[in-house]
Amino acid sequence: MSENILEIRHLVKNFGGNEVLKDINFNVKKGDVICVIGASGSGKSTLLRCINMLETVSGGQILFHGENIVSGKLSVAAYRKKVGMVFQNFNLFYNMSALKNCMVGLRRVLKIDKLNARRIAINYLHKVGMAPFINARPRQLSGGQQQRVAIARALSMEPEILLFDEPTSALDPQMVGEVLAVMRTLAMEGLTMVIVTHEMAFARDVSSRVVFMHDGVICEEGLPKQIFNDPQKQVTKDFLARFMRG
Amino acid sequence: MDTFFQWISYIIDNSGLSMLRGARNTLIISFVATILGCLIGFVIGIVQTIPTNKNDHAIKKFLLRLIRVALGVYVEVFRGTPMMAQAFFIFFGSALLFNINMSMWFAAFFIVSINTGAYMSETVRGGILSIDPGQTEGAKAIGMTHYQTMTSVILPQALRNIMPQISNNLIINIKDTCVLSSIGIVELMYASRGAAGANYRYFETFTLTMIMYLAMTLFFSRLLRVIEKKMEGELNYDLATHDTLAHTSGMYNYPMKEGKR
Repeated sequence: MSENILEIRHLVKNFGGNEVLKDINFNVKKGDVICVIGASGSGKSTLLRCINMLETVSGGQILFHGENIVSGKLSVAAYRKKVGMVFQNFNLFYNMSALKNCMVGLRRVLKIDKLNARRIAINYLHKVGMAPFINARPRQLSGGQQQRVAIARALSMEPEILLFDEPTSALDPQMVGEVLAVMRTLAMEGLTMVIVTHEMAFARDVSSRVVFMHDGVICEEGLPKQIFNDPQKQVTKDFLARFMRG
Repeated sequence: MDTFFQWISYIIDNSGLSMLRGARNTLIISFVATILGCLIGFVIGIVQTIPTNKNDHAIKKFLLRLIRVALGVYVEVFRGTPMMAQAFFIFFGSALLFNINMSMWFAAFFIVSINTGAYMSETVRGGILSIDPGQTEGAKAIGMTHYQTMTSVILPQALRNIMPQISNNLIINIKDTCVLSSIGIVELMYASRGAAGANYRYFETFTLTMIMYLAMTLFFSRLLRVIEKKMEGELNYDLATHDTLAHTSGMYNYPMKEGKR
């Protein structure tokens, strides 16, 4: 058994009196590809945003290599260098070209010199098939292209875990494929990923573990085979039935 | 009508140089003060938008609140009183209370700068707030600190958004420096009044003054429009490739990682 990179312990998140996450527990090991599925409003995205500390956690612990980052010594910025995030709305920096988007973190956060930063950035842009577009600004690119640049930006930081927050939800069906293809490649190469998604086929084929969330709790968790072919809980069955019907 | 143009050329001959010198001073004061005012505005706008959360140290929270209250008072006082009154207040107040005799230039820069700063701080705050929070999240997600997020991502975009306001402020400053003539600063208005009085020709002199002000404001509004356009960036981009065959089709090369291919 390899060591846990990330351990979520009794995670709680409230928005005012509304408890969005209730006592979430799960671990991420190196090489895991975990897909988090569930209905809208079940707390999937909030969970992911809490993991990256974009939301302040109301209770519980997030351990990164055994170190608690909710109230620990490790600064949030230092932790985020190791934990990348890809957003639903891409969130590319509009004032920079695709290349600069990937370089800025290398230059300013990791303090890598210009030449090497450029080399790393181009390497990852190449990987997601966006190398020809290094001079383009985000607004000049299609949604799928923007998301691929966003993935390259996250990869450029060479994180230990990459979090995906519904990366294809803002894309039209035609572009979903190109983004999923990139993510499939990353999964095959052994990148540790936590993916919140509504793409059930992708979750079934690619993930090493599937987490089904319902009403702020992890309802069911297991191998994709188990969850999709033989769900134990009634809510899971209902959810999947709705999805399979389309 | 003949006499009108005769008087105009008479005034140009006799007082043209002093009026031009006044116009030069007007430009220097409004230009420098707009830049200084923008700097003040940026600093205040940034301080006003520093995020705080519950886990912050009590001293940090207290200091931040204290600074914000002080800055709030500054903004309200200088936005809420006429610049001419401020000019008298500061120029004579500093001499009487602190025994400081401001030089003409220092007084001019000081008064117009802090005035512009008060207006710009709100503009900058608005500019920062207008940027999609997703930009901040994107920056945070790659490990940027608040300072890095601001300088690399938010401020460049905010600056672009508030450029029209900055040009607006420069135009306003070019005109409003005329109130400084009341504390004896020799800018275009002061020079014009001198010229008009010396020749006893008010209409003709101020016709020239109007033309000179208009020329300055038109020039700078057009210039800043050009700068704005530049800041928007290129409309087109070049494709890049490592495939040398594609160079002939107009694609551009980029250096690949060593050892690759």
